[in-house]
Amino acid sequence: MSRIHVNTTVNGDAVDYLCEAEDTLLDVLRDTLDLTGSKEGCASGDCGACSVLVDGRLVCSCLVLGAEAEGRTVETIEGMAEGDTLHPLQKNFINKAALQCGICTPGILVAAKNLLEKNPDPSEEEVRYWLAGNLCRCTGYDKIIRAVLDTAAEMRGAA
Amino acid sequence: MAKDEFQTREFKVVGTRVPRPDGLDKVTGRARYGADMSAPGMLHGYCLRSPHAHARIVSIDTSAAEAMSGVKAVVTRADFTVTPEDQGTRDILDNVMADKKALYDGHTVAAVAATSRSAGMKALKAIKVEYEVLPHVIDVDEAMKPGAPELHEGRSQESVPEGYSQNVLARSQYGHGDIDAGFAKADVIIERSFTTAATHQGYIEPHACLATMGNDNQGDLFCCTQGHFLVRSTCAEIMGMESGRLRVTSSEIGGGFGGKTTVFLEPVALMLSKKSGKPVKMTMSRDEVLRASGPTASTSIDIKIGATKDGRITGAWGDFRYQSGAFYAMNGALGAMCGFAPYDLENLKTVGWEVVTNRPKAAAYRAPGAPMAAFAVESVMDELASSIGMDPIDFRLMNGAEEGTKSAYGPTYPAIGLKATLEAAKAHPHWSAPLGENQGRGVGCGFWFNFGGNTSVSLMINPDGTVSLSEGNPDIGGSRASMSMMAAEELGIPYRQVRTIIADTASLGENDVTDGSRVTFAVGLATIKAARHAIETMKARAAKTWGIDADAVEWVDGAAQPAGPNAGKFPPLTLKEIAATMSNTGGPISGHHEANAEGAGVSFGTHICDTEVDPETGAVKILRYTVFQDAGKAVHPDYVEGQLQGGAVQGIGWALNEEYVYGEDGTLQNPGFLDYRIPVASDLPMIEPVILEIPNPGHPYGVRGVGETGIVPPLATIANAVSRAADVRMTSLPMSPPKLLAAIKAK
Amino acid sequence: MKFQSPQTVDDAIAMLAADTNARVLAGGTDLLVRLRSGHISPSAIVDIKHISGMRDITQEDTPEGSGWRIGAAVSCAEMGEHAGLVAAYPGVVEGAELIGSTQVQGRCTMVGNLCNAGPAGDSVPAMVAAGALIRVAGPNGTRDVPVLDIPVAPGKTSLTEGEFVTSVFLPARPDNASDAYLRFIPRTEMDIAVVGCAVNLTLDAQGTVTAASMSLGAVGPKVKQVDASAIVGSTCDDASLDALAAAATEAATPIDDKRGTIAFRKDVSGVLAKRAAKIAYTRAKGASA
Repeated sequence: MSRIHVNTTVNGDAVDYLCEAEDTLLDVLRDTLDLTGSKEGCASGDCGACSVLVDGRLVCSCLVLGAEAEGRTVETIEGMAEGDTLHPLQKNFINKAALQCGICTPGILVAAKNLLEKNPDPSEEEVRYWLAGNLCRCTGYDKIIRAVLDTAAEMRGAA
Repeated sequence: MAKDEFQTREFKVVGTRVPRPDGLDKVTGRARYGADMSAPGMLHGYCLRSPHAHARIVSIDTSAAEAMSGVKAVVTRADFTVTPEDQGTRDILDNVMADKKALYDGHTVAAVAATSRSAGMKALKAIKVEYEVLPHVIDVDEAMKPGAPELHEGRSQESVPEGYSQNVLARSQYGHGDIDAGFAKADVIIERSFTTAATHQGYIEPHACLATMGNDNQGDLFCCTQGHFLVRSTCAEIMGMESGRLRVTSSEIGGGFGGKTTVFLEPVALMLSKKSGKPVKMTMSRDEVLRASGPTASTSIDIKIGATKDGRITGAWGDFRYQSGAFYAMNGALGAMCGFAPYDLENLKTVGWEVVTNRPKAAAYRAPGAPMAAFAVESVMDELASSIGMDPIDFRLMNGAEEGTKSAYGPTYPAIGLKATLEAAKAHPHWSAPLGENQGRGVGCGFWFNFGGNTSVSLMINPDGTVSLSEGNPDIGGSRASMSMMAAEELGIPYRQVRTIIADTASLGENDVTDGSRVTFAVGLATIKAARHAIETMKARAAKTWGIDADAVEWVDGAAQPAGPNAGKFPPLTLKEIAATMSNTGGPISGHHEANAEGAGVSFGTHICDTEVDPETGAVKILRYTVFQDAGKAVHPDYVEGQLQGGAVQGIGWALNEEYVYGEDGTLQNPGFLDYRIPVASDLPMIEPVILEIPNPGHPYGVRGVGETGIVPPLATIANAVSRAADVRMTSLPMSPPKLLAAIKAK
Repeated sequence: MKFQSPQTVDDAIAMLAADTNARVLAGGTDLLVRLRSGHISPSAIVDIKHISGMRDITQEDTPEGSGWRIGAAVSCAEMGEHAGLVAAYPGVVEGAELIGSTQVQGRCTMVGNLCNAGPAGDSVPAMVAAGALIRVAGPNGTRDVPVLDIPVAPGKTSLTEGEFVTSVFLPARPDNASDAYLRFIPRTEMDIAVVGCAVNLTLDAQGTVTAASMSLGAVGPKVKQVDASAIVGSTCDDASLDALAAAATEAATPIDDKRGTIAFRKDVSGVLAKRAAKIAYTRAKGASA
């Protein structure tokens, strides 16, 4: 079986890889590109642990084929910090205890960052609905929602 | 052992909200979970699972699969040639690889290791299994009846009376006093029957491991688990190897809640690796997690409570029938012990039953067995309070357990926090806030034992004055932070100076599983004692430096200082100074502590919840939720709150929407997060945690475990709130909209 | 399995006609789940996203009619971000926007939802109520068909070899018309509809309903069009809404399954019919004001 050659951009870098037609973008990220920050919790788009941006659009990488990334830009959790400078969401997730086991954290951070780019001043309800596709079983979501709202306020203040 | 006991003190580090050491790894994607590790030449392992609920395995033909390109090993039960001595481990082996029968939908019957996913999937399809389908049983009450399809023969314990199916494996009884006399004194008696559906822990990380095993019978295993020492002993026994030859390293763990306190894939991966001679990685799909890991028991419970008109309970009785899946698990007994544990009862009798059915074997799920029991007991308590016109908190306070009460399961309580949680709930603004139309408020109490157990900790003083702490319990809720805090507190140094890691099985003595809410208590205790051990050594080094007696040195604020007659004679020597010169004063300094920790304080919580019911659809909205729990001493309040909030929300899911749905054919109908409905962010309000600190007399800082009690009260609390909002008593969980709407319409 | 990305409709038709075991990929939110779970093993995937027009939302005004054309690969999130479409067809957009999570929204399409041929697709009832037309391209040319002609039975469509859906057309409505879609799910998000109901209605200047249509999802093998004449001639007063609810309950022919019972689905069909009609009515009144 001949594999597909894909040219794409991941976290700002030009990347090319070979994949099988049935490989998902998540398979490629984790197994080929060694970017294991995106997690597979369900492989059906129900948990959001594999959330990434493709051309700026929030998607589940388990529901995108690796071959579809041709010519696109992909952003993952590994690209969220700039060098050793954490994104304010990352900082606040640590400082405000918005994570416990941490398995859902990369997906939630990617999704929350995308929300704040679209809506710098979301209500609690808007944050809760935006993140409804990111399952967390440890926290009851409380500290996550607070961290996102606090970060939004902080970023608005800084802007 | 007076010095181990709780003593009031001023804390400097404990009780603060410091950032966790694993935070950066977790927010950047660097943290390595079970499926994130790879090895050169690694193969991928996959399981073939029974599509039948109950079937005799007539034959398995793996020849076609073995011949396929990319397939490096195929294993079946025939490859597991060692029979473990102990019945519990034999059950685990039978669970991870079916023997003569497949006992539930999803039971593994064979496994392959292949060079790619696609090769592995093709190989699974090429394995031919001939099944003889047998009648199955899913429901606990059905399974107990004589004539029910039976899973095993001759496993019933002597405690089981005649007249039951062999599926009933055990019966246990608790209580004291004379319940007949008690009920005779009652003015009001309420008796109800309850059922609860099986639920799953729902950790987001599926089980995963990477096994390397050679024909020298030496192996390495990297896996997500709540207890790598248990993985080691279980796997070694199943593989027929000495446990010292197997090293197990725990990955970061993506949630467990009790579900990762046993093994599923690990022995299979080891066998595939042994047979193929290559490392083998296995990860479960979500479908496999739901079908074939360890959900909770489903239950059928009868409760009877009698009370006088003025609110004193005179007698209580409960019958707790728990199905634990295809193998023995102790759940019904725990329900029978815990259900009435919050109360001071003169006359009590409870009976617990352990029943097998054609479902996956139940594993622990946060206070295993207790939430369902509390649901039943606390529902009747609520109804009883209403029937005598008493406030439900006052009714509980009047009958609540306290220091000196003989508990429902036997022992007499030391200082406990139940009444403090009830008083706090009563005084909280939530309890008196107004309610609108179709809204109702519920309250419920819960209990969990908590555990201590085998613990081994090493604390190393590094030459630059930093401290390395090794513990052997996977960090599931921020325990590395808590251990660093307790070490820093005891040593009198800043938190940042201590780094805690989870050591592998070759690096520490035996550690029990991260369960029973034991880690902050037991590992914390061992950490404090290891620090004290190191302090003794450092005091001796200082004494040596000063040329005085070691007894004449005390440890204050991170430094040795001369005491007694020598006080003030020498400037204090800080930990850093002692560390810098340690090679000249006697060599490396470290502290150790190993013990089977006792003194875990029991834990109580009280929850209040407001719900709104849509009378036209049966939909329930959680409007407000407040948790009151006794933490003894909250080492890291953020993570204590996190435990309370997380437990409450898992309870909300259990109460409202989560359930294992089986078809007529005994197969699971909802093996995915689409239809196994755990709460999502938009389902919930903020969960307000109120931490009470009634010190545990058995811990130097007063710490009690907090991990489990939080899931005990919610089922009842929400049921009480919904029953009041809809004005109809709900006795079956989950209170899914179809069930609730039917109850409303039948009013 | 092959992965193909045709640049034209004709190329796509040729690829699909050449391989009857090929599957069309637009958003992939159902296809990839089925692929991964092993429920399907197609020999080829035909990604239609690179075909011109597939990702466009356009307002058409032709002799055949005026309205909105939505390309087959337009994601539901893109529909929700299109102010003109949201204003014209709030009910269709809200149905589309209920599918899955934010992440799924970024990929899923109405056409995929329809061609999945599930009884419970959230975007389908409002399309039916709106009288949408589905454009099908195939070896024998292009045809426009009513929505309910596409699904035949659960998981099965009427599309023949080499055919695929290229767009959905929503006919323009008078100003004083609107629509609404409601569904019942156990949680607040992420579930498949236990019952779905769309109502589309037009008012006269006095606020009396002059035309109405209703459709129900998840209460039969495919989405059902239900007689909504109970509210025609009314101002959506309680009595006419009760009659509409009764018609919905009567028309529903659901099954018992893991998501709901027959009795529950019938009851809730009526409840949602009333509630959706009220919302559509309020919207239509606002539109005409």
